[in-house]
Amino acid sequence: MLETSDVLVLARLQFAFTISAHIIFPAISIGLANYLAVLEGLWLRTGKIVYRELFFFWSKIFAVGFGMGVVSGVVMSYEFGANWAGFSRFAGSVNGPLLTYEVLTAFFLEAGFLGVMLFGWKRVGARLHFLATVLVALGTLFSTFWILASNSWMQTPQGFHIVDGRVVPLDWLKIVFNPSFPFRLVHMSLAAFIVAATIVAGCAAWHLLNGRRGAGITKSFSMAVGMILVAAPIQMIAGDAHGLNTLEHQPAKIAAIEGLWETEKGGTSLNLVGWPDMQEERTKYVFSVPHLGSLILTHTWSGEIRGLKEFAPQDRPDSTIVFWSFRIMVGMGLLMLLLGALGLVLRLRNRLYDARWFQRFALAMGPSGLIALLAGWITTEVGRQPWVVYGVLRTADAASPLSSQQVGTSLLIFIIVYFLVFGTGIYYMLKLMANGPDGDPAAAAQVDFVKSIASFDRRPMSRATDPIDE
Amino acid sequence: MTIDLPTIWAGIIGLGVFLYLLLDGFDLGIGLLFPFFDREGERQVMLNTVAPVWDGNETWLVFGGACLYGVFPVAYSTLLPAVYLPVIAMLCGLIFRGVAFEIRAKARRTQNLWDLAFVMGSGTAAFCQGVILGTLLQGITIVDGRFAGDAFGWLSPFSVFCGLGLLVTYATLGCGWLVMKTDGDLQRRMRLLLKPLSLVLLAVIGVISLWTVLGQPAVAQRWFGGHNFVYFAPVPLLVLACVIGIFRSADSGHDARAFILMEAVIFLGYSGLLISIFPNIVPPTLSIWAASAPRSSQIFVLIGVVIILPMILSYTALSYWVFRGKVRHGDEGYH
Repeated sequence: MLETSDVLVLARLQFAFTISAHIIFPAISIGLANYLAVLEGLWLRTGKIVYRELFFFWSKIFAVGFGMGVVSGVVMSYEFGANWAGFSRFAGSVNGPLLTYEVLTAFFLEAGFLGVMLFGWKRVGARLHFLATVLVALGTLFSTFWILASNSWMQTPQGFHIVDGRVVPLDWLKIVFNPSFPFRLVHMSLAAFIVAATIVAGCAAWHLLNGRRGAGITKSFSMAVGMILVAAPIQMIAGDAHGLNTLEHQPAKIAAIEGLWETEKGGTSLNLVGWPDMQEERTKYVFSVPHLGSLILTHTWSGEIRGLKEFAPQDRPDSTIVFWSFRIMVGMGLLMLLLGALGLVLRLRNRLYDARWFQRFALAMGPSGLIALLAGWITTEVGRQPWVVYGVLRTADAASPLSSQQVGTSLLIFIIVYFLVFGTGIYYMLKLMANGPDGDPAAAAQVDFVKSIASFDRRPMSRATDPIDE
Repeated sequence: MTIDLPTIWAGIIGLGVFLYLLLDGFDLGIGLLFPFFDREGERQVMLNTVAPVWDGNETWLVFGGACLYGVFPVAYSTLLPAVYLPVIAMLCGLIFRGVAFEIRAKARRTQNLWDLAFVMGSGTAAFCQGVILGTLLQGITIVDGRFAGDAFGWLSPFSVFCGLGLLVTYATLGCGWLVMKTDGDLQRRMRLLLKPLSLVLLAVIGVISLWTVLGQPAVAQRWFGGHNFVYFAPVPLLVLACVIGIFRSADSGHDARAFILMEAVIFLGYSGLLISIFPNIVPPTLSIWAASAPRSSQIFVLIGVVIILPMILSYTALSYWVFRGKVRHGDEGYH
């Protein structure tokens, strides 16, 4: 018995570790791929060199992130079977087909056109190249679509019945478009765009702080801060709608997020801070605001929210974790709102590139998109516990018939390999960012070369400069 | 034999795994040949020949895994725990290999380390894949739809030998690829390597075939029972002919000959594997029918495969076409 639970804990730790490490890279890839498509589109439209410089600069960082996303993703596609045989046997008939559609519509598309996008400048025309970039960006969004359909089905399953202890799909439309899917899809796609925006803004801010004022730096700073101004409020609205949806379908998750134990009559207060204690069944050191919980979660003055005590102890998610992971996510979101708003004020006063305190703020906010993303995923995944398929299959019944030595060893290996390899990869991405869009002579040479061959002779900008490497 | 959904699906996954062996085979093979070539220029040329295509190639591995997961979940959830440690090691190998692709060209002080990561990553992945195939051939204990064997059940002289066998196979394939994609001195030295590689390859194929037939009565029955050998005899004969062709292409012949013949060898060897185990998906007891997901799952994904797979094959071919021709030292645009 002890043995089984050890395996379960180790397998859960391993999944949490490998998926958290993985999601960082796809999030960056989704955001940057779409940014790159916008940059190349703007370049084709306006002929302004600054967009092309930015394209080359960010495409190198994108390439490294994408490669790391691929290899950490291969791990995921085999981990389901290796560590979660019980889950694969039970629900493979739903999650497997959704993953296969992700491979078919997204992974091959991205991989098939990535080569042309990164290395094909000399070999294809400008339009075909742009098409390749757009298809790579589209591929990242298809990927988001399918993997979130899969995850959302595990959160709010429907469209199936169970025969002989296995899921039999009945209605694929219902499976894909399950109740939480649209909310999660919008929330995650926006999150990926915000991840890219905060990184681009942080990178540009660092160069501005170091006294560089190149066109690429100011342009990317302006674009990224503008993106945050637009995306952060929309994300807040999307997150609010997602919360209402969760309250409807996973009320125990909401109770855990809010550290709410009793069902309060006549209006639920909101615990702003506190420490939910699963043993004592109460939230300690609490500071709460009356009626605010009802206002936020039901959009009414006195809406009722069921407390954790209404759910049997074995059906409760860990409130201590999700209470705080949720608050970290929301805190980051509020800071992003502030960043966007301050950026707007400075822009209106023509001081966007001069206010050093704002650049320091933007630099500090560089990782905020990723922090919010991870905190959000921790909230929704830990909040789903103790279920792996909500209300249908318990996580405890999902593990593989392995020994704790096997799972422990592989966990150790993954931790060492990931820190070594992805640690270096991230260091390398940061180093590329530090070079800056105007700082890399190789990129500049490439730009000039492309300029000379690209079919833009009718564009005044490209006619102005002669090729340097002939 | 009637053609039903599980049979069609066995064919599709069979095709996916075959394409993986073909395509990622030469990527991994390049990693195995890496140590024998000069660090400054040659290795980067070798890498550049596959830089635009390697992650597309690796995607076939994900395709195989995802299809198995969705279409034969019982096979997926019994095979992977059975080969747990080799799978983990393979994944780690692929991580080192993949990241080395991106970083090697840009590293200065740590280039040695990335070369090592590339070689060891490719080697580990290739070896573990061979071990997994060997384990599959020797069979896995399944009770009540669950893996019921030992943590080290995969470890046997046979599976280890299969691991070494796949190393030689990939190295030969990678060598053939590089003869096709390079020229000058590098190509000349690649051609020279074909001779010893093809000899070792022939020996390895012979040993694995004999070992399987002698060690597995069921496989022997499949190959030699009734008139079967008459039908299956072309497989070993064609393998022999191809390997001789590869050996001879070291001295003369079209640049692409060794690569194409080596692809044929892999096709034949892979056919031999399928002949040996079909209609089991996890020998000795789990058949494709017993491993199947519900019909609704198999149909749902089949629709996608029928529509999308031809598109994938087309644009993959397009990508290879865009990057056709020789790769030389100092070519721009690869990193």
